[in-house]
Amino acid sequence: MMSGLESLYQEIILDHSKRRLGEGLVEASHPHADNHQYNPTCGDEINLRVELDDAREKIEKISWEGDGCSISMAAASVLSETAPGMDLKEFQELVDQFREMLHSRGKIEPNEEVFGDAAAFAGVSKFVARVKCAMLSWVAAEQAAKEATVSE
Amino acid sequence: MSYALEPNTPLTNESVTKLKEDFPILNTEVNGHPLTYLDSGATSQNPLQVINAEYDFYTKYNSAVHRGAHTLAVESTDLFEDARATVANFVGAQENELVWTANATEALNLVTYALGNASAGIGGEQAKKFALAEGDEIVVTEQEHHANLIPWQILAQKTGATLRWIPLESNGTLNYEEAEKVITEKAKVVAFTHVSNVAGSITDVATLVKLARKVGAFVVLDACQSVPHLPVDFHALDVDFAAFSGHKMLAPTGIGALYGKADLLADLPVFLTGGSMITKVTMTEAEFMAPPTKFEAGTQKVSQAIGLAAAVRYLQNIGMENVHAWEAQLGQRLAEGIESLDGVRLLGPAAGQERAGLASIHVDGVHPHDVGQLLDTQGIAVRVGHHCAQPLHRALGITASTRASAYIYNTTDDVDRFIEELAKVRGYFGV
Repeated sequence: MMSGLESLYQEIILDHSKRRLGEGLVEASHPHADNHQYNPTCGDEINLRVELDDAREKIEKISWEGDGCSISMAAASVLSETAPGMDLKEFQELVDQFREMLHSRGKIEPNEEVFGDAAAFAGVSKFVARVKCAMLSWVAAEQAAKEATVSE
Repeated sequence: MSYALEPNTPLTNESVTKLKEDFPILNTEVNGHPLTYLDSGATSQNPLQVINAEYDFYTKYNSAVHRGAHTLAVESTDLFEDARATVANFVGAQENELVWTANATEALNLVTYALGNASAGIGGEQAKKFALAEGDEIVVTEQEHHANLIPWQILAQKTGATLRWIPLESNGTLNYEEAEKVITEKAKVVAFTHVSNVAGSITDVATLVKLARKVGAFVVLDACQSVPHLPVDFHALDVDFAAFSGHKMLAPTGIGALYGKADLLADLPVFLTGGSMITKVTMTEAEFMAPPTKFEAGTQKVSQAIGLAAAVRYLQNIGMENVHAWEAQLGQRLAEGIESLDGVRLLGPAAGQERAGLASIHVDGVHPHDVGQLLDTQGIAVRVGHHCAQPLHRALGITASTRASAYIYNTTDDVDRFIEELAKVRGYFGV
């Protein structure tokens, strides 16, 4: 594994921080819920919408608006690309693994087949102060997905 | 122990390099680089003289103050009160005008809660002048640290008074023209910071005190960023109350002080109550000691107070005029360096205008967290975030900033390293 700054700011992360996939809240026509997360230490903020399929089994779409550092913006972008199409159980498992990896202080090597671009965040886990940045949108999605299963 | 510098030595790159011998932490490495510590606005480093003062206390004198007749208790009480005299003298106050608190935040809360108690009728006839009610106004500024804003919000909610504020100029400094309109006959309190922890501007205290006096309002000064860095004399400034923290001026955490004019502290109702601050207690009521003791409930922060006194002596050995002169120079160098960079906005006064030894910036296209991270890999410690001043940032149209804040142990090399690495940030993130 790379050490230092390159492992934190991998190309994939810098790239996603600029592409910001999913940015801009999208009007939802299926069951959905919004969640707002805020990091008071740095002011990073995200308002995220999870839209499910009509059977409320799969994630259909993720969209968001927010402002924050490259890590938090990239994490929201990767999430928006990765999560759609997953069933809810699969998604929750991914969130759990993502969280576990980020809290591992660099000890857990992610399985790239499972994680896709999210594997690039392995380096973040060595920068304890930045774990919250990466988790911000994922926590919002986790909450919103739960709410969407019971939303009106 | 002796100091690395002779008394009253002007600070220069050469003398500061020598002075650093007193600060072991500044001779360490961070991420493979010599530490460049530019975060003293958040918390400063401790010289050996301060660390040793605490060590000495615990190894030779530790015991309860104001509570015993044995030898150690007398010695520790003497040290504790000597510390108060030292710190009071440093800020132009009498000993009975200096109340120990945990930090400036507690000091400001002491004032607002005591005013709240007066508003509830506590403290008798003499406390009535502190009472607030509907129709009264509390004036703060948009520049305030949350510690000098939220306590006033709570007091306003409690008493029905209205909170008003002096707005900012587009660069984050105070709008003095508006101050005249905001401070009216209704104002009961005017509370403001001496030096902005974000903009780095130095408040024209005399002008605001004059406006407050004209309408009979009390003046409360947040002196957190001034007492460590400038010669400050609260009597000369003619403020009624003032707060500062030890950990921003070479002292340990957990110690700060409230200054209050002697006659006002005598009439001000109590805040925290309990042991040590009373004279006579029955099951239904209590009588209180004279200030400052009446505001010091419970076991006090003895080693920290002694540490703060050692820090004050350290600063006095250099001389606050020398401290201010050097930091003004570093502040200008920061401002000039920042202004020379493309895509980097300097908050607060422009280069050439008066500023303290700190500078906050907004880097176009790069979040402060990312700026701070890059600097950290080079061993440069700065503060990123909203610096407990969200309204100020909001007024400037940003959510957060990056701040470099210098102190007596920084050289022009430190400033130049910061500017040099800052210059690379936008390129790294491809903006």
